Amino acid sequence: MKVHVDMNLCQSHGECVAVAPDVFELGDDDVLVWQEEVDDSRRADMEEAANVCPMMAIRLED
Amino acid sequence: MLRLVIVGASLAGLRAAQAARSAGHEGGIVMVGQEPHLPYTRPPLSKEILQGKQEIEDSALQVGELDVEWRLGVPAVGIDRERRRVQLEDGSEAAYDRLIVATGCRARGWDGPGSELEGVHTLRDLEDSVALRKALSAAKRLLIVGAGFIGCEVAASARGLGVDVTLVDIASHPLLPFGPQLGERWTRMHRDNGVDLRLGVGIAQLRGSGGRVKHAELTDGTTINADCVLLALGSVLNTEWLSGSELKLDPALVCDATLTTVSDPDVLAAGDIAAVPIRLAAGTPLRVEHWTTAAEHGQLAGRNALLDPAARNSHVSPPYFWSDQYGCKIQALGCPALAERVEMLERSPEDDRFVAACITGERMIGIVGMNAARRLPWYRKQLTEPRPLEQVKAALAQESSTLGAPVGASV
Repeated sequence: MKVHVDMNLCQSHGECVAVAPDVFELGDDDVLVWQEEVDDSRRADMEEAANVCPMMAIRLED
Repeated sequence: MLRLVIVGASLAGLRAAQAARSAGHEGGIVMVGQEPHLPYTRPPLSKEILQGKQEIEDSALQVGELDVEWRLGVPAVGIDRERRRVQLEDGSEAAYDRLIVATGCRARGWDGPGSELEGVHTLRDLEDSVALRKALSAAKRLLIVGAGFIGCEVAASARGLGVDVTLVDIASHPLLPFGPQLGERWTRMHRDNGVDLRLGVGIAQLRGSGGRVKHAELTDGTTINADCVLLALGSVLNTEWLSGSELKLDPALVCDATLTTVSDPDVLAAGDIAAVPIRLAAGTPLRVEHWTTAAEHGQLAGRNALLDPAARNSHVSPPYFWSDQYGCKIQALGCPALAERVEMLERSPEDDRFVAACITGERMIGIVGMNAARRLPWYRKQLTEPRPLEQVKAALAQESSTLGAPVGASV
């Protein structure tokens, strides 16, 4: 599955980092970096990351 | 198949329905909402929408093709727990096997002299935000009563629009949920941005002419001009409809860590209305009226409602909340408001970024960060329970990517 993050919306809350630190990370200057291609076995985690994003910036695509 | 009824169609309720479907629930889900709208997110109501950076449509939460029966614009008025039915205002009922209560809060009102004048606002829902935005476009001088999250964020938004702002609070510092010890910083921040911030004083009465508000008299006898007033006095729980249910209210709906009400294993609660034991507060059931808790509670309640009580999982993540003001991001984990003292653990040389530990009995029970987002994941791992401060400091000494060692003792 593909993980999209709308960087116009992201405000670096880091909630996704808390759910899946191996996929999401806050880099220097607090800017989010993430893996765009994630194994389907992680669907539940990715849904949770999208659901707890306060900015609703995360979108998943099959 | 279980019939699930969710009362409250905001963030917590929506996340509960989504989680139940994600977990494979194929039975019916009825979503009861007092407001006529599909679920929307509230944080922009005091910020981006007021500033004109977002439109109302942007606040809609993504509902997608969620398979639920919406009962919007029809408040629930009671529960018949014996017959397992929720009673709605229009006389209809919704039968449940498991019920999730997520009716949240509303803005606290004030009925003092002059409260009926035109130009006096509260802020909780979409209509409130739209009305306040319209008022601010014509306002010269805004008075905000209450310097909590809503009051401070609206002050920052209004300053950005060029409106003069007077902000009053009976407390000695603004933003008390971040702990009183850091209050001096937020006081400076608002004054540096041109807000006339008056602390230790409340509102006595509002006066107007032609039915419109013109002046406010404060409890210290001073009078200030204001053609627009926002009452930002906190919130009141929407629990009245539960008064005949015999569910335990104190004053929120008392739950165990699995979000199951202590009174009825078939009734769960989520979001602002739920008092849930918090590890960082020594297991005391607390309400956490913040966005992230509503989202997390909703997800967990939606999954737990499908399970037998013994199989349900506990909510464990520390409370997380934030505020954006004047381009500054303040973030908190845990229970800063319960701390006896704070201590700077990291601070940038320019003093524009920091992390402060909130401490009770030599244990860290929370942190407050300013412009320190990338440091939060590290502290989140520390905050699974009250941890001895010395242990945290020892771990921090091994960290290479801190903001810098604080110099001096001041916070």
